[in-house]
Amino acid sequence: MTPDAAAPAKREITTQPRRSDQVFRAIVTSGGLSSLIILGLISIFLGYRGFEIFRHEGLSFLTTSDWFLTTDDAGNVLDSHFGIAAMLIGTILCSAIAVTIALPISVASALFLNFYSPGWLKRILIAVVDMMAAFPSILFGIWGFLVLMPSAEYWAKLLNRYLGFVPFFKVDPPIFTRSPFVAGIVLAIMIIPIITSISREVFSQTPLDRIQAAYALGATRWAMIRAVVIPYGRGGVVGGAMLGLGRAMGETVAVYTVLNIMYQVNWQVLFGGGGNIASLIILKFGDSGPYEIKALMAAGLVLFFLTLIVNAGSDFIVRRATRVKK
Amino acid sequence: MTDSNERENEKMETSVQSSGLADVAHAAKRREPGSMPMGRGLEARGVHAWFGSNHVLSDITLDFAAGTVTALIGPSGCGKSTFIRTMNRMHEFIPGAAMAGEVLLDGRDVYAPGTDVTKIRLQIGMVFQKPNPFPSMTIGENVLSGLKLAQLKVANKEELMEECLVRAGLWNEVKDRLGAHGGSLSGGQQQRLCIARSLAVRPQVLLMDEPCSALDPGSTLRIEETIRQLSDSMTIVIVTHNMQQAARVSDYTAFFLADGGPGAMIECAPTSEIFSRPQDKRTENYVTGRFG
Repeated sequence: MTPDAAAPAKREITTQPRRSDQVFRAIVTSGGLSSLIILGLISIFLGYRGFEIFRHEGLSFLTTSDWFLTTDDAGNVLDSHFGIAAMLIGTILCSAIAVTIALPISVASALFLNFYSPGWLKRILIAVVDMMAAFPSILFGIWGFLVLMPSAEYWAKLLNRYLGFVPFFKVDPPIFTRSPFVAGIVLAIMIIPIITSISREVFSQTPLDRIQAAYALGATRWAMIRAVVIPYGRGGVVGGAMLGLGRAMGETVAVYTVLNIMYQVNWQVLFGGGGNIASLIILKFGDSGPYEIKALMAAGLVLFFLTLIVNAGSDFIVRRATRVKK
Repeated sequence: MTDSNERENEKMETSVQSSGLADVAHAAKRREPGSMPMGRGLEARGVHAWFGSNHVLSDITLDFAAGTVTALIGPSGCGKSTFIRTMNRMHEFIPGAAMAGEVLLDGRDVYAPGTDVTKIRLQIGMVFQKPNPFPSMTIGENVLSGLKLAQLKVANKEELMEECLVRAGLWNEVKDRLGAHGGSLSGGQQQRLCIARSLAVRPQVLLMDEPCSALDPGSTLRIEETIRQLSDSMTIVIVTHNMQQAARVSDYTAFFLADGGPGAMIECAPTSEIFSRPQDKRTENYVTGRFG
């Protein structure tokens, strides 16, 4: 058959998997695909419900902040405009504040848990941190409103007095309560457990031979951590921070409880007004007519894609960081 | 001045006590002002070691005279590595690890309360079985990493880097790519990089835990040459499973054995004697390949 008579024909290599293997493969495959299908269905649902709004508002849905709807007595829409710029900015702002505050605290606690705390304390603290991750967010919200806000107001005023020349820390009408700053702190406390436990996990996988190499060269513990543990765990910490960012962006109840929802783009993090997409949805959902619901669905779709982008970005960063290492 | 006098007195005393290992010729190789650092003697006095309740090393008393190479041989699990890890206090990193006895560097107990353990490890360097350069650093940064880790300052980093790489026998192979990552070298080169790295902090003693066990014969030979050259300026203790290697590089050889119980030192003598006329039957059996 083949022109080269000396070389034998290549054999086709086949395997006949056992039935148990086939069954297991089917179960695992359907599990893996189902999450993809669910994700797809959600985006289709949101897109379908929000399509009319996107067509009507166009890009101004993302770039403007007005949100109003007038109807006649029969419930027919007379005039409407929906824009989520304020909420979009607010979402990013609050979650960025949260990650900025949470990241150093989480990395420090992860390092403490791995390298400084005695064994008995470590076990207790890990349990506490895990419990914190499962804590209902409404309780964080109430705590933030009742307990944190009065003291955060003091810190906000302090920041404003000494850093007021930075546009971020300006406060135009002096309203310091219910600001993105306070919401950011509440969110930070909510995402600290996630970032801590992921950081702790990657730090604990630092190869022992590198740790020993550093110690054998006369390193102090801190010098060893800086030279070995942090370069090794950097990618994982970034991934953890991005996961925390994702959660902070989607958080509803805690932000809704603390933040003063305002339909105006606000970059002044200490000023008492802002919002995020999720809190807008919960604020409006109860008393919306069918048309406004569609607008909320469109907002939800935007949040959905924002979260997807952040997660994809974190995945990219983690993958790049781990590839450089070896 | 008075401090160094005291130190010399201590040294005289300890060399009198020592079990014939620190013979006169080696004791005479003390550091002269302005000369190369000669390396300091290291002494183990009744060292025991435990992992949890497991007694793994029993009553080791052994002297390593300044400027000598001592090989530790013996079957796996006899406590050789554990023993050298007690010398630079790396033993204590293992959870549940404990020790007894004294390890004297220049007459001073490295386990004395109030000792700065990082200083001890600067003076007693270590090369591990598996080459472990820092992968996030370049070759040059790896060599100088000890300075950064111990927060030491040197006047001329380039010079020190070259000196250490030359002494580790690696300079010619890497001089054109000092900016490459440490992980890009071959196994043997990585191990010599690790040796260069430990030289940069100028240890007086270098502990080597089977430094060639993961390497090919060519790299092994290069590292043995390196060891011979280094022994002019420092005290070297090398754990090895390769008896030819022990015969080639060491002045003294100590035979360790765990005979059902904790590891113990069976005998220690000049290397030629251990291999030609060992005192103990068990040593003879081991070095002639009858077991182990």
